[in-house]
Amino acid sequence: MYKILNIISIVSIPLMITIILIYGYIKGVKLYDTFVEGASEGFKTAVKIMPYLIAVFLAIGIFKESGALETFSNIFLIPGRLIGLPKEVIPLVILKPISGSGSLAMVKELVHTYGADSLIGRIASTMMGSSETIFYTMAIYFGAIGVKKSRHTLTCALISHLAGVIAAVIVCRMIFN
Amino acid sequence: MINIIWFCMIIIGMIFAVINGKLDMINQVVLENTGEAVTFAIGLTGIMATWLGLMRIAEKSGLIKSVGKAISPLMRLIFPEIPKNHPANGAIVMNIVANMFGAGNSATALGLKAMDELQKLNKEKDRATNAMSMFLVLNMSSVQLIPLTVLKVRSDAGSLNPTEIIATTLIATGISTTIGIISCKLMERK
Repeated sequence: MYKILNIISIVSIPLMITIILIYGYIKGVKLYDTFVEGASEGFKTAVKIMPYLIAVFLAIGIFKESGALETFSNIFLIPGRLIGLPKEVIPLVILKPISGSGSLAMVKELVHTYGADSLIGRIASTMMGSSETIFYTMAIYFGAIGVKKSRHTLTCALISHLAGVIAAVIVCRMIFN
Repeated sequence: MINIIWFCMIIIGMIFAVINGKLDMINQVVLENTGEAVTFAIGLTGIMATWLGLMRIAEKSGLIKSVGKAISPLMRLIFPEIPKNHPANGAIVMNIVANMFGAGNSATALGLKAMDELQKLNKEKDRATNAMSMFLVLNMSSVQLIPLTVLKVRSDAGSLNPTEIIATTLIATGISTTIGIISCKLMERK
């Protein structure tokens, strides 16, 4: 099982690139020109997200370095232990819905401290990839069209996030042990 | 919402810093974390540009549309309120496909277009429709195929096999998305 999944994992990126390029070639798209044209937007986007990143990094830095995050994480110690969640990952569970860039920074830190191939590193990586930032996305998407009553959106998003966390822990423990 | 969260995180942090005697850390955070944010955004540029380039090819070749057509029956099931030939369908599918390909920021652009189309179908303009909530929950539970940024972080950290978490991520995403859809369907009647 693990071997098959691993092969799928390794093959997927090259395969995706190959499919996009071959399909484009068949349809007569000017591949190089089009790629460069699209890629040039990458720089604009990077500059555009910079102020958001700075704002988020600042708030999270203060929240984390002051010891507030640690205190808040302790609330989740017992429910975390029930599902086999390593306590080092708990801050990430709290941070993920708040900030995508902040949680990516935290994954970076966890991976550097405990190693990318440790159980903590693997669970953190899996968790990072399996959900998006809730508050940030809701703010942008609803803000853009002027919707103020979000109804059940937040509740359902949090339920989904929690399900993702539990799934990440169980799947990682099953596959990597 | 984000304003309140941002404010609370900083103020609560300040209070804790005083209690824990870590006020000197705040100065360091102001200086270092902000710089880190800039470095981080710049470091992300390469990966983002690459996928935006590939996405542009996929868009021009019609690959995105073909993928959209392939999951059209599923769209009817999840978004029964959207009329069959409404442009919201295309925008939603393109956003989901962009998400699948991990082009987070172009996905956001497409997502905003989808929200715009959904708002045209909305009778109460300041209240989210069922389709909007469903779309956002689907979006936030991440239907990403390849978590590129995580892979980059892992390979930077010297992982022997950075891609080994793709499979576990897919399973976790599948479960969180399914639960998200079900909870949305259950709660939208209220």
